[in-house]
Amino acid sequence: MAEKKKRADAVIIGYGWTGAIMAKTLTDAGLSVVALERGPARDTAPDFEYPRIIDELRYGVRGDLWQPLAKETVTVRHNLSEVAQPYRKYGSFVLGNGVGGAGVHWNGQLWRASPEDLRLRSHIEERYGKNFIPEDMTIQDYPVTFEELEPHFDHFEKVCGTSGVAGNLRGEIRPGGNPFEGARSDEYPTPPLPSIHVGGLFEKATAELGYKSFPLPAANSSIAFTNPYGVRLGPCNLCGFCERFGCFLYSKASPQTAILPILATRPNLEVRTNAYVTRILRDNTGKTATGVLYIDEDGREVEQPADLVMLCAFQLHNVRLLLMSGIGVPYDPVSGEGIVGKNYAYQMMSETAAYFGEDVEINPFIGAGAAGQRIIDEFNSDHFDHGPHGFIGGSSIFAGATGGRPIAQMMTPPDAPKWGKGWKTAIRKHYRHSAPIGAQGSVMSYRDRYLSLDPTYKDGHGLPLLRLTFDWHDNEYKMAAFSAARVEEIVRVMKPEQQATLLMRPGDHYDVRVYQSTHTTGGAIIGTNPSNSFINRYSQSWDVSNLFVMGASAFPQNIGYNPTGLLAGLAYFSAAEIRDTYLKSPGPLVPA
Amino acid sequence: MKTTSTINRRNLLLGASPTAALMIVGAATTDSAIAKTATTTVDYVPTFFNAVEWSFINAAVDRLIPSDGRGPGGLETGVPEFMDRQMELPYGHGAYFYLQGPFQPDAPATLGYQLRYTPREMYRSGIAAANNACRTAAGKAFADLTPDEQDQFLALLEKNQVQFSGPPAAAFFAQLLENAREGYFADPLYGGNRGMAAWKWIGFPGARADFTDWIDQAGRKYPYGPVAISGARD
Repeated sequence: MAEKKKRADAVIIGYGWTGAIMAKTLTDAGLSVVALERGPARDTAPDFEYPRIIDELRYGVRGDLWQPLAKETVTVRHNLSEVAQPYRKYGSFVLGNGVGGAGVHWNGQLWRASPEDLRLRSHIEERYGKNFIPEDMTIQDYPVTFEELEPHFDHFEKVCGTSGVAGNLRGEIRPGGNPFEGARSDEYPTPPLPSIHVGGLFEKATAELGYKSFPLPAANSSIAFTNPYGVRLGPCNLCGFCERFGCFLYSKASPQTAILPILATRPNLEVRTNAYVTRILRDNTGKTATGVLYIDEDGREVEQPADLVMLCAFQLHNVRLLLMSGIGVPYDPVSGEGIVGKNYAYQMMSETAAYFGEDVEINPFIGAGAAGQRIIDEFNSDHFDHGPHGFIGGSSIFAGATGGRPIAQMMTPPDAPKWGKGWKTAIRKHYRHSAPIGAQGSVMSYRDRYLSLDPTYKDGHGLPLLRLTFDWHDNEYKMAAFSAARVEEIVRVMKPEQQATLLMRPGDHYDVRVYQSTHTTGGAIIGTNPSNSFINRYSQSWDVSNLFVMGASAFPQNIGYNPTGLLAGLAYFSAAEIRDTYLKSPGPLVPA
Repeated sequence: MKTTSTINRRNLLLGASPTAALMIVGAATTDSAIAKTATTTVDYVPTFFNAVEWSFINAAVDRLIPSDGRGPGGLETGVPEFMDRQMELPYGHGAYFYLQGPFQPDAPATLGYQLRYTPREMYRSGIAAANNACRTAAGKAFADLTPDEQDQFLALLEKNQVQFSGPPAAAFFAQLLENAREGYFADPLYGGNRGMAAWKWIGFPGARADFTDWIDQAGRKYPYGPVAISGARD
């Protein structure tokens, strides 16, 4: 029998970005809140302190801040007939763990979606006609507009001390920013840092080609900054250890850096770490959640009753927990029926490595996950005419590595020896003088790409792993080839001695061995009615009205931007409605 | 000499491969092998690797990251010590990997690592298999081959063209190369990269992690040497 805890007004599953946003909202409203985090407690001090955090092997390669795969991973197959195999070692994506979640070790590339990304199907049909969308492509509109989300994007950018330049301020296109962005109500809260060297080379080359480059919006404060919650952030020093590391400088925004300090002393909030939620409980009508079941750090099974359940785990874990809890109808790729697990999507990356001569000092170790990088948005979303190209989607194209970590980020040309004397020569020749120009490409959703429970493999508690059924489709090969061709043109203008492009070509399968992107999306998607979505516009479950689901599991298809800004915008949009409407009168916020 | 061992050497290769031309030539002198053994790390007593395995590791590291030519080699930077110490950590025991069965080693390569081996098991089986293959082909353990022969053998391992018991030859080679590079470039606190020599070689400033003074000097060569987590600097 599970030990039963005292009832709380709300229970939050997962204490990363959206968990912190919800904890603040709900405790502000006076609710008693219990937050359950599967991993350990973590804070800037002592967990991310200098110099111990500057350890590539421990954090960048072994992944000591990531979810230990030994206890729980996912399985992957390319299609319905293949037998899924466990993702046994980290490669393709990395999963967060512990307080702050993946928000601790992200790169801080903080984007809004483009307005048309939020009404993608309608937009494509209007501009190119219904036949432009392949039959098996299951993209759909968000039930919320850019204009509705804008105040929440703006707020989150301020919470993060984001550095950048506004390109569209209240409808006025401004020099130096992104001319393709939706109208913003305010500037970025902090100015951008100067470009790292490859960013400067990229700026010149793209200007020559007629593109408008701008500083990548960075959740790294560039100055001493006090955010709207009164939390202070420090200036980024381009230490080169964002991605995979916690920030020792209180500069890269994370839940710890930006939100948790004001929650730490709240008497109506209790955070329990090493609490592994295994089930969302419901009453016998099945329409009301009654709390959650979890395994505590001593291995005991514990029930936490609550009136409100906020599912705030990572995208994949949200979907797994819904499936394990039997909430909603699991998606069936054969019939196309069902919702939970539907529209799993990813991103498709391509890259051209530029190898300059020894007179070009790239200093690859000077940089950040986002700050100092430059980017163009000409070939993303629907910022260009897709008609002649026959695909949907696009890429943001950016210059700059996220650091110069020598084990994992060593760049040598493809024809250089991989070991021996020749390798030693190659690393000396190229390390300081090479840089990647990357394209982060969108991936659409398809009828046969989805998430389900694996029939064979279990986690450390004997519970089924989540199974990913995923591979690339023609639309994405075309998108990537188009993006990579643009990148190659830019790199040629940068005049390196040598360049080499990495690109998925038709026939190449999704390869879990190589890091690509942690931007996995979908599976508990947002939409206009219960037949096309798991959650309504306020991220509320259609089936169980006191259950809300946050995060990129809501995305009906993926975008060519990093997802955190969009998912935080959706979370704040939901939080405002919960505060203003739901708590006064609990029940469905949108009629089904 | 050649005539008696040719068939055995052929056993190194899987089937009738066009790479047969890469077969080990066993006739070369062992002088350089002896000279090389002299540079083996002598001030470290391994915990995980036994004497035979330790000879293999030292010899292999000296070919993967050789001391000859410009730049520091794997031996003088302590890469074998790094590898031995890693084997005693949770990593060596496979604690970072999902190792529940069933295993499908023949699954598509794009689905990732599907072997049952922890790094410790990979080395234990892989070194024994590699030495067996070398003995069959050339009558000697890997460490006793000439450097050229060792290079040829490693290249065959890399291409999975050696008859091997236990893990696939290429998987063993990948483990070896991965850990050798880690040891070369990781912070010296793990036993490799002694004196931050590998960082100095490529121009990586290690744990310096503060480039405030260089933010507005993009394009100029960064002038300072590396710092280690211990505070050691150059």
